[in-house]
Amino acid sequence: MKKDIILAGVGGQGIISIASIIGYAALEQGMFLKQSEVHGMSQRGGDVMSNLRISHNPIASDLIPFGQADMIISIEPLESLRYLPYLSGEGWVITNTRPFNNIPNYPAIDEIMREIAKVPHHIALDADATAKVAGSAKATNIVMLGAASPFLGMAYEKIEDAIRFIFRKKGDKIIELNLSALRAGCDFANQNM
Amino acid sequence: MQKLLLLGDEAIAQGALDAGMSGIYAYPGTPSTEITEFVQNSKFAAENHIHSGWSVNEKTAMESALGMSYAGKRTMVCMKHVGLNVAADPFINSAITGANGGMMVVAADDPSMHSSQNEQDSRFYGKFALVPILEPVDQQEAYDMVHYGFDFSEKYKVPVLMRITTRMAHSRSGVVRRPEIRKQNELRMPSDLRQFVLLPNIARKRYKNLLREHASFITESEASPFNKYIDGPDKSMGIIVCGIAYNYLLENFADRNVPCPVLKIGQYPLPRKLVEKMADECDEILVIEDGYPIVEELLKGYLGRGLKVKGRLDGTLPRDGELNPNLVAVALGKPDTFGLPVPDLVVGRPPSLCSGCPHIDSYYALSETLSVLSHGRVFSDIGCYTLGALKPYEAINSCVDMGASITMAKGAADAGLVPAVAVIGDSTFTHSGMTGLLDAINDKSPITIMILDNGTTAMTGGQDSPGFGKIEDICRGLGVEEAHIRILKPLKKNHEENVAIMKEELAYAGVSVIIPRRECIVAIDKRVREKLRNK
Ligand SMILES: Cc1ncc(C[n+]2csc(CCOP(=O)(O)OP(=O)(O)O)c2C)c(N)n1
Ligand code: SF4
Repeated sequence: MKKDIILAGVGGQGIISIASIIGYAALEQGMFLKQSEVHGMSQRGGDVMSNLRISHNPIASDLIPFGQADMIISIEPLESLRYLPYLSGEGWVITNTRPFNNIPNYPAIDEIMREIAKVPHHIALDADATAKVAGSAKATNIVMLGAASPFLGMAYEKIEDAIRFIFRKKGDKIIELNLSALRAGCDFANQNM
Repeated sequence: MQKLLLLGDEAIAQGALDAGMSGIYAYPGTPSTEITEFVQNSKFAAENHIHSGWSVNEKTAMESALGMSYAGKRTMVCMKHVGLNVAADPFINSAITGANGGMMVVAADDPSMHSSQNEQDSRFYGKFALVPILEPVDQQEAYDMVHYGFDFSEKYKVPVLMRITTRMAHSRSGVVRRPEIRKQNELRMPSDLRQFVLLPNIARKRYKNLLREHASFITESEASPFNKYIDGPDKSMGIIVCGIAYNYLLENFADRNVPCPVLKIGQYPLPRKLVEKMADECDEILVIEDGYPIVEELLKGYLGRGLKVKGRLDGTLPRDGELNPNLVAVALGKPDTFGLPVPDLVVGRPPSLCSGCPHIDSYYALSETLSVLSHGRVFSDIGCYTLGALKPYEAINSCVDMGASITMAKGAADAGLVPAVAVIGDSTFTHSGMTGLLDAINDKSPITIMILDNGTTAMTGGQDSPGFGKIEDICRGLGVEEAHIRILKPLKKNHEENVAIMKEELAYAGVSVIIPRRECIVAIDKRVREKLRNK
């Protein structure tokens, strides 16, 4: 099994935590992993992306070739479109629909949604609202991880275990909130595939 | 042993800790910062008294490391590529003095300029200084190379340069540590106490010695575990591939079998015999290297006659920018792959100053103050405040290298642009603004310098600022007149008052320093969260 994943968002939206959770779950299953992150200048409110590759076989490149990503997980709708050149023909775009508008020329959201709808396989949900309902407005990124979970090629429980591990120092309450955010995202994806 | 999931930077730091390093020296700079931060956060490092505090700039870092090496201990100095320009003087000379305790210099290049002013290739410096260079292919090799590099440095008494790129620095993968941690060296003086005295007659001897050793460095490269000749049946082409680019090559062959001979390079100077073997065997050579076409140029020679060499110089690969698997595919004559096009409505999202950032209020006040004058008077510098060049502020007219704001304003004022303004951050000021300030004071240059004091080195992630609490004392000490050191608080409610102060100082025909002081809001946030965590 091999999954090439593009994680996208705006600096500060927590794409690295998603990567750490998937990465931990992959390593626990004896998989190989390469994950390329963006640090530095663009973290200051600019567009950020991370290449995450997991596989049962050794991985060569840190970068995913164009047209070969299995999915784009984006915490922001405009950002989900920026990396379409990476997506494979069968690939999924899994995106939050809540805009992060910090630029003067941010496009109209319904036009963005129209473009997302053109991608053959996509899942779009308001992860901010879903996170709030699940009990933690901060868990938007975990909702997105949940929405991507059916496509990751690993058992759902492995992702839950990884969340328990990554948030182990934050206490049981935070772990539970994140697990329900994960579940909410996963349920949405399963109902909207 | 269990695999650790480490960034390239972290693998290097872990390697250094496991190889008996006694101190790391650095000034922050993307993508090198996390090496030092890893050591700063390491319990093992604290328990073993391993030095890891930030230096004021790369030159002081390099010299401190050289001092630690003199005293016989293993040391590492880290910087981003442009930092090596700042540290070039001690670096080049350290090749002449040589090392005593193992000394590794890590320079992190930034092809495609993700967070930098240029994409210079640090291998040039290694070649210039005539020192060996290590260039890892992955995080595991980065870890292993640190052990090798320290041993090499002590065997030949020469500093070793390790060159990485952003992709290596900020990419994570599994690393297996060595089972044993090497003990730190004891204090041990150089056997010749004149080794580090570069008076001409000694320096000449030492330089000849370095030139002699260079032959051994080539022999070492030929036997190095990091340089591999992998044979292939198709001799119509041979491929020389450096560092991380090897991964992009393999990515293009699903079974990892490249049909033609491949020479993977991880250690320089180039392994001469292996390169000769390839030149003898193959009709032409493709060079794949991230950064400048250094190996390519070397093989091609000035006239480019003889060997047929392809790479960045003949357009087989782009002349600039970071490599990726697709560019390498095309260079190999393989089909390119595409996803969907980016829809037209997608606009750029450049980085921007955080809302609530103190720099915003400083810029609004400055721009209003200057609005009555002709445009183009603001020389700025490198830091978060460089983002003041973008809309909606458009408040600055230059950003060149750390410290250049003050000296460029001075030069422009010398030329008759009066008033001229310099805008510089607190950390950049102590990095290399102080010396330029002394120039301006000695010349009584009519410039106004704004030292934006947000209490931290914000751009690179909020490291301690070396001049914290000392900025006005430094200005006083250098000779700025007391009446022309003005401290203000950049807040919207103080706007009128701040504009008035700026007007007064712009009118003064000498050096004035305005210090807008308010803590970076990201730093406040971090501080408060840490406090809560420690409760
Ligand atoms: C020679 C060199 N070293 C390091 C850097 C990386 N760097 C860019 S900005 C910066 C920090 C600037 O801090 P400060 O001047 O306090 O401004 P702030 O970001 O806090 O506004 C650093 C370390 C660089 N560009 N050049
Ligand atoms: S990190 Fe601090 S200094 Fe930088 S833009 Fe944000 S508030 Fe301003």
